[in-house]
Amino acid sequence: MAIKVRQPGLLTTVQDSGRIGDYALGMPPSGAMDSFSYAVGNYLVGNGDGAAGLETTYFGPELEFTEDAVIALTGAEIPPKINGEECPTWEALQIEAGDVLSFDYLKNGARSYLSVAGGVDVPEFLGSRATYTLIGLGGFEGRALAEGDEIGVGPSNNSSSHVGKKVDDKYIPTFGKEAELRVIIGLASYRLTEESMEEFLSVEWTVTPDADRIGYRYRGGELRFVEREQPAGAGSDPANVVDFGYPVGSIQVPGGVEPIVLLNDAVTGGGYATIGTVISVDRSRLAQTKTNDKTKFVSVSLEEALRARKENRERLAGIRESLG
Amino acid sequence: MDLASPRYSYGGDEYVFVELAEAMSLSVNFRAMAITNKLKEEDIEGITDICPSNASYMVRLDPDTLHPDKLIERLKEIDAEVGEATGFELRTRVVDVPVMMEDPWTHETLMRFRDRHQDPEATDLEYSARINGHENKDDFIAALMGSPWMVTMIGFVPGLPWCYQLVPPAEQVEVPKYVRPRTFTPKHAFGFGGGFAVVYSVQGAGGYQLYGIAAAPVLDVSQKLRDFKDSIVFPKPGDIFNFRNVAQDEFDEITAKVEDGSFEYRIRDFIFHADRSLADPHSYNDEIKGVLYGD
Repeated sequence: MAIKVRQPGLLTTVQDSGRIGDYALGMPPSGAMDSFSYAVGNYLVGNGDGAAGLETTYFGPELEFTEDAVIALTGAEIPPKINGEECPTWEALQIEAGDVLSFDYLKNGARSYLSVAGGVDVPEFLGSRATYTLIGLGGFEGRALAEGDEIGVGPSNNSSSHVGKKVDDKYIPTFGKEAELRVIIGLASYRLTEESMEEFLSVEWTVTPDADRIGYRYRGGELRFVEREQPAGAGSDPANVVDFGYPVGSIQVPGGVEPIVLLNDAVTGGGYATIGTVISVDRSRLAQTKTNDKTKFVSVSLEEALRARKENRERLAGIRESLG
Repeated sequence: MDLASPRYSYGGDEYVFVELAEAMSLSVNFRAMAITNKLKEEDIEGITDICPSNASYMVRLDPDTLHPDKLIERLKEIDAEVGEATGFELRTRVVDVPVMMEDPWTHETLMRFRDRHQDPEATDLEYSARINGHENKDDFIAALMGSPWMVTMIGFVPGLPWCYQLVPPAEQVEVPKYVRPRTFTPKHAFGFGGGFAVVYSVQGAGGYQLYGIAAAPVLDVSQKLRDFKDSIVFPKPGDIFNFRNVAQDEFDEITAKVEDGSFEYRIRDFIFHADRSLADPHSYNDEIKGVLYGD
């Protein structure tokens, strides 16, 4: 069983729940950027947690299935078509051998997930099938899919019993052009002046064209650092610190004018002051924003972040249960 | 030393970040290593990654299993136990790391990105030598190659070591990063930024001053070389690297051995005593080099 890539789309990669446990080697997790939509896709087709699927960005691919399959499409609204006929999303669909899956233009969001019963089968690298785009490791030959690739699919049991299962509307997220992302302020936030921190949290930021799996850059305000004599080892720029670790989701502001949120394929450390971290739940929402969308960062406490995490887990459990 | 008060902070809901000091020093790095080594030994459920860094450290956790505040509580206790890390001993290794200084590849790169540099008229080495008070670049190279370095952090990309020289503060080299980062850096480039020397493990963007190129890899994803049998990444925090300037013919010999899979780093086991390094670094460095090259 294989999926033939007729057209790859803008950026289609193999992703799963990520490569966890090698951060100290400098290895970022990679994995699905919108972990919520990705997880629901696997529930729909009856895969275990962590089965690999395809993440498609902005423009969808054109894919041909060599055998019957059960698939689901979740995430962004990029209307899918089977043999040219529009088909539903957030629902398990039967695919016949020879069927071609294509996509219409993006309506909302940024990233769509294709889950297939049995999971996409590429060799594991350090325990994960996720593609790490920055240096080209994991996934399908360490890269985005290209025309002519054939992607293997693992064996599945009883997948046709899932066909027709769909996610209740109340669980399906909507992705407008404005997002609020919850942030825990901290890390080296002491480097920003008080006024600049206020500005960071009040400005409506615009997603720039520099927005990918490595990080999202924003424009819209200008932030200043507290003046100091730069400490030993840090380098001379006021944005510089003695190089330290960057959490996934952390925000840095090199030069003061362009906050960057580091994401799944980002560098794991470096010498720019970080001022806070987007909470894990809201990274799924961030992943569905795109160039020119608006973003506001909202400061929350750890307890609020943990509550959001719990609610997210309960929502996922609710979906799983509703699908039987 | 700035022992005043480490900053404990949440990196979102999944990380705890601890900045021990704003300034880099060997003693603060020894503290970071002592604390993270102790934390590793405790094997606490819910911790997925422990990342020591130069003057700080970071822990990734699963907050559903381990509440970040609970971890911070324990980290503060460990910090108190470790204290100033006096008597800190590190079971480590000393490694000969061959580097060709002023190589054609990094030279070509740095010339290409001159418009992003503080001093477009000089090379990175000439500029760095001047601002660090060295007579000329050869004198500066001699200082870089003259004393060994400790690997104080791994990251940025897989396998990239940050190295801090085992010399007194007055002798530490300090250089700014490029005014605007380069979009290209050759694989294995030997660079310097802030107070740290690095070997770029892979080709990519970068902002460190470029001085030379390492002959052997620090990352081997195929794990073909013997030194990478257990991990795709060679450097470990606490490794002692001695960068040694090699000429083109030795560089070529090493490259050939890397390609045919027979290359092995020259490595000697060593127990590093932090107190001795801090008290009399130069004679201790001679001893370290004796262990590495003595036989």
